[in-house]
Amino acid sequence: MELFWFIIIAVVMAIFFILDGYDFGAGIIHLFFAKKEDDKVVIAKTAGLFWDANEVWFVVAGGLLFMAFPTYYASVFSGFYLPLMIILWLMIFRAIGLEFRGQFKYQMWKDLWDKVFGISSLLLAFFFGVGLGNVVRGVNLGSVENGVSLYEPHYFFLPLWNSDFSPLVTHPGIFDFFTIIIGVISVLTLAIHGANWIIFKTNSSINDKLKSTIFIMNIFLFVGSLISLNFWRNLNNDFFNNFWDKPYLLVFPVLFFVGVIGQFFIKKFKKDYYGFIFSTLTILGGITSTLASLFPVILPSRNNVNPDLTIYNMAVEGDGLSMALGWGIVGIILMAIYAIVRLKLTKGKVDDMDYGH
Amino acid sequence: MEDIIFYDRIQFAFTITFHYIFPQLTMGLSLLIVFFKWKFLRSKIEKYNNAAKFLMKIFAINFTMGVITGIPMEFQFGTNWAKFSELTGGIIGQTLAMEGMFSFFLESSFLALFIFGEKLMGQKLHFLTGLLVFIGSWASGYLILATNSWMQHPVGFEILENGKYVLNNFSELFGNPWLLPSFLHNQMASMVTSSFVVASIGAFYILRGKQVEYGKMFLKTGVIFGLISANLVAFPTGDWNAKNVVKYQPAAFAAMEGIFETEEAGSEIVLVGQPNMVEKKLDNKIAVPNVLSFLTYQNWNKQIKGMDEFSKEELPTNIPGLYYSYHIMVGLGTIFIGLMTFAAFLLWRKKLFTNKAILWSIMSIVPLTYIANLAGWYTAELGRQPYLVYGYLKTVDGVSPTVSSGNTLFTLLGFIGLYILLGLLFLLLVGKTINDGPTSKAH
Ligand code: HDD
Ligand code: HEM
Ligand code: HEM
Repeated sequence: MELFWFIIIAVVMAIFFILDGYDFGAGIIHLFFAKKEDDKVVIAKTAGLFWDANEVWFVVAGGLLFMAFPTYYASVFSGFYLPLMIILWLMIFRAIGLEFRGQFKYQMWKDLWDKVFGISSLLLAFFFGVGLGNVVRGVNLGSVENGVSLYEPHYFFLPLWNSDFSPLVTHPGIFDFFTIIIGVISVLTLAIHGANWIIFKTNSSINDKLKSTIFIMNIFLFVGSLISLNFWRNLNNDFFNNFWDKPYLLVFPVLFFVGVIGQFFIKKFKKDYYGFIFSTLTILGGITSTLASLFPVILPSRNNVNPDLTIYNMAVEGDGLSMALGWGIVGIILMAIYAIVRLKLTKGKVDDMDYGH
Repeated sequence: MEDIIFYDRIQFAFTITFHYIFPQLTMGLSLLIVFFKWKFLRSKIEKYNNAAKFLMKIFAINFTMGVITGIPMEFQFGTNWAKFSELTGGIIGQTLAMEGMFSFFLESSFLALFIFGEKLMGQKLHFLTGLLVFIGSWASGYLILATNSWMQHPVGFEILENGKYVLNNFSELFGNPWLLPSFLHNQMASMVTSSFVVASIGAFYILRGKQVEYGKMFLKTGVIFGLISANLVAFPTGDWNAKNVVKYQPAAFAAMEGIFETEEAGSEIVLVGQPNMVEKKLDNKIAVPNVLSFLTYQNWNKQIKGMDEFSKEELPTNIPGLYYSYHIMVGLGTIFIGLMTFAAFLLWRKKLFTNKAILWSIMSIVPLTYIANLAGWYTAELGRQPYLVYGYLKTVDGVSPTVSSGNTLFTLLGFIGLYILLGLLFLLLVGKTINDGPTSKAH
């Protein structure tokens, strides 16, 4: 039961990052590469038409996490209090940027909201990566000092940073070398994803230039991933154990690398959506390999006093999970139908669409 | 002890108050949109269709605001009320997850279809998408109220040895006797806000002398729906809620009504008066004897417990706040009924559209409907104090153990700044949409 809901939540979350990921990416591209007004409009539109529908997946993932693993929800949300609040604010800024840009015709007005949209997208991509890095690295569960827990074993609180920025100490902060690298990887991944989305969904004048940009970003992504793997090994020696035990799990890292390597052939692709498929694989592979490597742990402990948080010791007690199965399955089917209908309706390039909007 | 949770409470109250500005309009407005679309289907008069699409624009702005202020609400359960989430997540996690999965999905997908798909789908399907948006938003309200009702009057659960609350009866959660009255009352209150908003847009167009055709249509519809919902909100739904409070939260009821001392026979109903917490009485009181007993029990002489019957532990923590919220809600409710009855009378005598005084009143009363709704919620939430889960879990025991008040104050200030900005932009945008009017092709 725990495993079932864990997988469902992971899938919903991955879908969120794949879907909303291209909005973040489009925002980053918009910030750095869109110069002409036409391009800006069309890029803002590729994100603007979709962001709220994509954020649905976020709300659902949050709700399901709360339902299935309430203790985890409580522990992680209060422990990562500051970055989560900052993520909330950034999400609000991004939404305002997108919704308000087109409301008035003044150039200054548009410039303002363009920047808001771009910067908040960039920071969001970064913060999500840092968040993932924190979950991989683990935290000082129970806030142990001198061998004594200050709180119950599953509670903790992280400051934004510590003076040494090192992931290896027992009291790490949100930002350290490792999590910052993961943050940068996340920005690169999503920027590539967003660029591919723009190529796929628009006829903007920068599409050709974007292909070269993707190529360069991909080199950094590739190198960054290797560096982070090396760091990761230092953090956790047996991070590959799950894969040795269950070799079929290796499909996940393979997906990731297929995605990254495929991206190098970006200029040769005949169809506009090939690149998008490869960047989707990168995201999917990245998230799933991380979870597979940690499994069943969902938050490692960085001290020897308190145990890791796992899907088994964090799951809701009683019959809640089976009770939720009934409505859960109906919900999942509805969500799938909805996603397909939506894809059908928004087929084609955004520039050519007439939404009357 | 109070200090630890002070900022958490202020932050929750501030963010939920801001959030609730938006759903209270969208829930009611979606029904009015369905109504206009239905009129169009029956009469094929283009005006009705334009009205529906125009109102949907206003809906969409509010919906977006609802989404971006709703996500912080969901987050705060984990961030600020971690202990509460940990202990009761097995129950309220169910309703909140269902809300995301069903209502939000329904609403946001069909909203997009309604806005973008009219040509694609044809009129019948377009009507259907509007209907589904309506169902989605009411389902959203229903599931949220199921959550809140469980906190007001917990049912269908047991407490494990480690203190966790687990659900043992799914249907009791949704058959909670607190839920249905609360839901109906809340939805009617939301109908009040939206009908008044529509009526006020109408009055504005008439007074301004532009788009008068639409103005008359909005005003007429708004007044009719406003009259009906303003009455339903008081009776039977408000009354029904009051009976629930007497039954399940008698201490809160005594505080709401300002009854400091139990009276021998029937209780008086207090119209005006200021609670004096030192002398334990109401200053400058105006009251009508025995009426409260009649309203609650249909018996002029039945005794109602006053605050003196409860220990300090059982009484709500903020008695004056509770008393005022309740009296503001009921007082405004009475004013709404009065105004709409008069407006409906003028409508019937065909004098409504030319009566400047009433047009101005209808146009300017809108903020009060928002205040009434919020006051109602303050009544419910302050009445629940000092508990988070009434009778079981104290508010102080629900807070996050690791988040210091310095951090909460920081985020509270952040929210205040951000929401002021958001509020100003919202007003600008809604103002512009209303100013452009239904005939505008601009977006
Ligand atoms: C336009 C708004 C509005 C108006 C005019 C009224 N109400 Fe109300 N009331 C609400 C808006 C509201 C609300 C915001 O919707 C509440 C908060 C929780 C809920 O379910 O509805 C509420 C709750 C609420 C409660 C529950 C309080 C609790 O849970 O402790 C009672 C007893 C009443 N109302 C009674 C009344 C009565 C007797 C009214 C007679 C005029 C009335 N309300 C008018
Ligand atoms: C399902 C809906 C709701 C839930 C689950 C809920 C839950 C809570 C929680 C957890 C708190 C914090 C602890 C406390 O101080 O009691 C709270 C407080 C509060 N809520 Fe609600 N709430 C809901 C709806 C609303 C709405 C719509 C409003 C008003 C617009 C509102 C107004 C308040 C206020 C004013 C407080 C502060 C009371 C105080 O701390 O003294 N609530 N509520
Ligand atoms: C603490 C309590 C609350 C939480 C956690 C919360 C959460 C949310 C969230 C996450 C959203 C955005 C997407 C969605 O619909 O799921 C939202 C929107 C919405 N909420 Fe709330 N909410 C709360 C209080 C309320 C209350 C009391 C009501 C009404 C009774 C309400 C009604 C709605 C509606 C109708 C929407 C749809 C958006 C809109 O129409 O504006 N919410 N809420």
